[in-house]
Amino acid sequence: MNAMNPEGYVTSDGRKIGGVLMEMKNITLRFGGVKAITDISFDIREGEIRAIIGPNGAGKSSMLNVISGFYIPQEGEVWFRGKKRAPMKPYEVAQQGIARTFQNIALFEGMSVLDNIMTGRLTLMKSGMLDQAMWWGRAQREETEHREKVEKIIDFLEIQHIRKTPVGRLPYGLKKRVELARALAAEPKLLLLDEPMAGMNVEEKEDMCRFILDVNDEFGTTITLIEHDMGVVMDLSDRVVVMDYGKKIGDGPPDEVRANPDVINAYLGVSHD
Amino acid sequence: MAATDGLNSIPALLDRNARLFGARPAWREKEFGIWQCWTWAEGAAEIRAIALGFLALGLNRGDHVAVIGRNRPALYWSMVAAQMCGAVPVPLYQDAVAEEMAYVLDHCGARFVVCGDQEQVDKVLEIQDRLPHVEQIIYVDKRGMRKYDHSHMNALADVEAEGKAGHYRFDAELETRIAELDYDSTCVMLYTSGTTGKPKGVVLSNRNIIETSKNSSEFDKLRPGDDVLAYLPMAWVGDFIFSVGQAMWTGFCVNCPESAATMMTDLREIGPTYFFAPPRVFEGQLTQVMIRMEDAGRLKKRMFDHYMAVARRVGPAILDGKPVSAADRLAYWIGDKLVYGPLKNTLGFSRVRVGYTAGEAIGPEIFDFYRSLGINLKQLYGQTEASVFITQQPDGQVRSDTVGVPSPGVEVRIAENGEVFYRSPGTFMSYFKNPESTASTKDAEGWVATGDAGFFEEATGHLRIIDRAKDVGKMADGRLFAPKYVENKLKFYPNILEAVVFGNGRDRCTAFINIDLTAVGNWAERNNIAYSSYQELAGHPRVYEAIKAHVEEVNRSVAEDPMLSGCQVHRFCILHKELDADDGEMTRTRKVRRNIIEQKYADLIAGLYDGADSVYTETEVTYEDGRKGAIRATVRMMDAATVAGQRRAA
Repeated sequence: MNAMNPEGYVTSDGRKIGGVLMEMKNITLRFGGVKAITDISFDIREGEIRAIIGPNGAGKSSMLNVISGFYIPQEGEVWFRGKKRAPMKPYEVAQQGIARTFQNIALFEGMSVLDNIMTGRLTLMKSGMLDQAMWWGRAQREETEHREKVEKIIDFLEIQHIRKTPVGRLPYGLKKRVELARALAAEPKLLLLDEPMAGMNVEEKEDMCRFILDVNDEFGTTITLIEHDMGVVMDLSDRVVVMDYGKKIGDGPPDEVRANPDVINAYLGVSHD
Repeated sequence: MAATDGLNSIPALLDRNARLFGARPAWREKEFGIWQCWTWAEGAAEIRAIALGFLALGLNRGDHVAVIGRNRPALYWSMVAAQMCGAVPVPLYQDAVAEEMAYVLDHCGARFVVCGDQEQVDKVLEIQDRLPHVEQIIYVDKRGMRKYDHSHMNALADVEAEGKAGHYRFDAELETRIAELDYDSTCVMLYTSGTTGKPKGVVLSNRNIIETSKNSSEFDKLRPGDDVLAYLPMAWVGDFIFSVGQAMWTGFCVNCPESAATMMTDLREIGPTYFFAPPRVFEGQLTQVMIRMEDAGRLKKRMFDHYMAVARRVGPAILDGKPVSAADRLAYWIGDKLVYGPLKNTLGFSRVRVGYTAGEAIGPEIFDFYRSLGINLKQLYGQTEASVFITQQPDGQVRSDTVGVPSPGVEVRIAENGEVFYRSPGTFMSYFKNPESTASTKDAEGWVATGDAGFFEEATGHLRIIDRAKDVGKMADGRLFAPKYVENKLKFYPNILEAVVFGNGRDRCTAFINIDLTAVGNWAERNNIAYSSYQELAGHPRVYEAIKAHVEEVNRSVAEDPMLSGCQVHRFCILHKELDADDGEMTRTRKVRRNIIEQKYADLIAGLYDGADSVYTETEVTYEDGRKGAIRATVRMMDAATVAGQRRAA
């Protein structure tokens, strides 16, 4: 494994992984007296599917929130695309090319699938509110362009049949897919998925896995995901960070991580005889 | 041949259409939320480019080109392009699993396989080691295909581009190939679904397809402005006739849905003028309407009920052009503005001029519902070997219990044993690589056995299909015994899930009934009837009363038919368990296995005939995990009133 090569590496299925896209350096995050994350460092490379796993309360979601810029760590640095990142507003994060989905779906329930996905393109729209209200000239042209992009995503994620359906009427598995669609609509460089398979049945999980792989393959999007389902993580990801009680206890390709005694300990427990 | 003026192949028809209707829409497909349209001229250019690309890849005369995928213009084009090259298109069922595909791909020896998307490509790759003759896999949808080994694989767009780029090299060759096509060359090969034994490849010539398309298009006065929705499997002969044969002959537009799941939305958006659906589609839509009406406000509900009653009374008569009083016409007109029109619009049937259903028996209520709305829904009877059409109903002579008169150019005769035979211009050439089956199906004079039993109604000349010929028997006194005919009538009642009628060689008929747990359970709930099991509900006296009423109603309807009046059900019992494929009582496609049921329930059948009030029985059942167990029950037998046969005046 030459994952430390700054030029990137080639995965077992022949995908080329590029240089470092984001680097976390000695991150420590505290909530009052509680240490959620203790001195964690790892990097995310361009074109990679990077997983963060760990038992409940290990600090995975906190880590994701640090990556997305929502939490600001007390110690440590976040480097994104070769620059040290300063504290940002959420829209600045989106403009930087980071999009995410949420563990407990955060869609606009009353709006149609199409409108929900269109909101994902908000930061890419140039025409102002007045233009859009008048619906004339540039605003109209722009909306057509954005709609085209959105339709490509709808086609890609195979949700044509629910295009006009209000999100509130959809089953859970489809809502997850719509959320992924909205994140994709922002054309992110880095896509963060917080438990994309949670609560899904086997068939829905298989679909979601295929979509995640396809997104990575077709758009070259770098993906960082948190997941509980170990089978899914091991199949999907190129490299895995393992966390336990806010500390990093493993980092590397799935096979290596699976053989790591600390990881086995955290997940399966050890016999004390 | 003069009848078609040298238009003796699909490519020749395409060429004519491109000249005649160049700027008219020929294919539409909804993609990215918008209906994309290709005119005849644009489509013809695409097809030519694909054909040139096929030549560049080395497609030979007589090769078979398998086509697998959902209905898309690109796949229809590939079929015509293959024909241009002198090859034979073989559309396959897209939902077949790889194993099933292996047989057909191996049997036809396809060198080229055109797949709709990654899913289909994966299936072909899975069985590729058993298909040494497959040389090229061509796919339409590029998604997910980037990482595949492309040494023997191409995107259709690339094949097309290659054809366009290299046209000067292959133009002459293509012209020669097209010129070689004649009326007797093979147009398409379609595999039967193979419910009995291995699928058979039915070879249909240009004559079969074009003559049939011409006759049937003229029969229903199809015209260039018509629209069809192509959503039924491409491997099915009906789709080939509607979406290729008739579309090419008439020059109407073929519309392909965005995906299988959007079919109903797409139907509404396109509003086809010519529409085909199997009974289950109509049933499903009707159920949807009824469920939504149950939830509607009281005013809407009352309006719906009132005007549907009007429609049922006078709608079919108005549709058939029969005399109807002015008051009724006015009421129907108002109903059309308030109910039928909006309803048809919601269903996507506003523009339907000609609608067909076939494949299995359609419930009279369902059939009448659509007819009463003013939708010209008709029935036809056909099979792959006939290029679809054997009989069909002319406008104005439509009933739910007949399948119509022989289609133009088709001769039909009924054999001694009641089996229906036909001979027509559409009669297939042969079964591919299977001369024995060809000989046993088609005799030297061209008559083909359908395997169905039926008879012509004397008064109207309409054909009525009663059963599979092998199931039709004689009763002790020589009257006709057609179990499925009666079973179908029984099964039209929502309470009855399954029925098995006995009586072959006996003096009267009896029946087993399976109740529909959903329908009867629902009814029980509304009537405060408590039950704890299927068995208990099935044996409930009030359920027996309800079923008895159904049986007697069926008896009255069966008695109206002098030929079949012997099939009235004298006694019946409601089975204590559902007939199940796991127990071998039905096939996986839910067809009853009579012999097995007769053996297994011999004690109950004996009870039905010896006059016993009830019979105690034990039945072995197989649970889903494969374990076996036994159900014990005392099954009641019940008499049903029958109608004495009416003697007809001599």
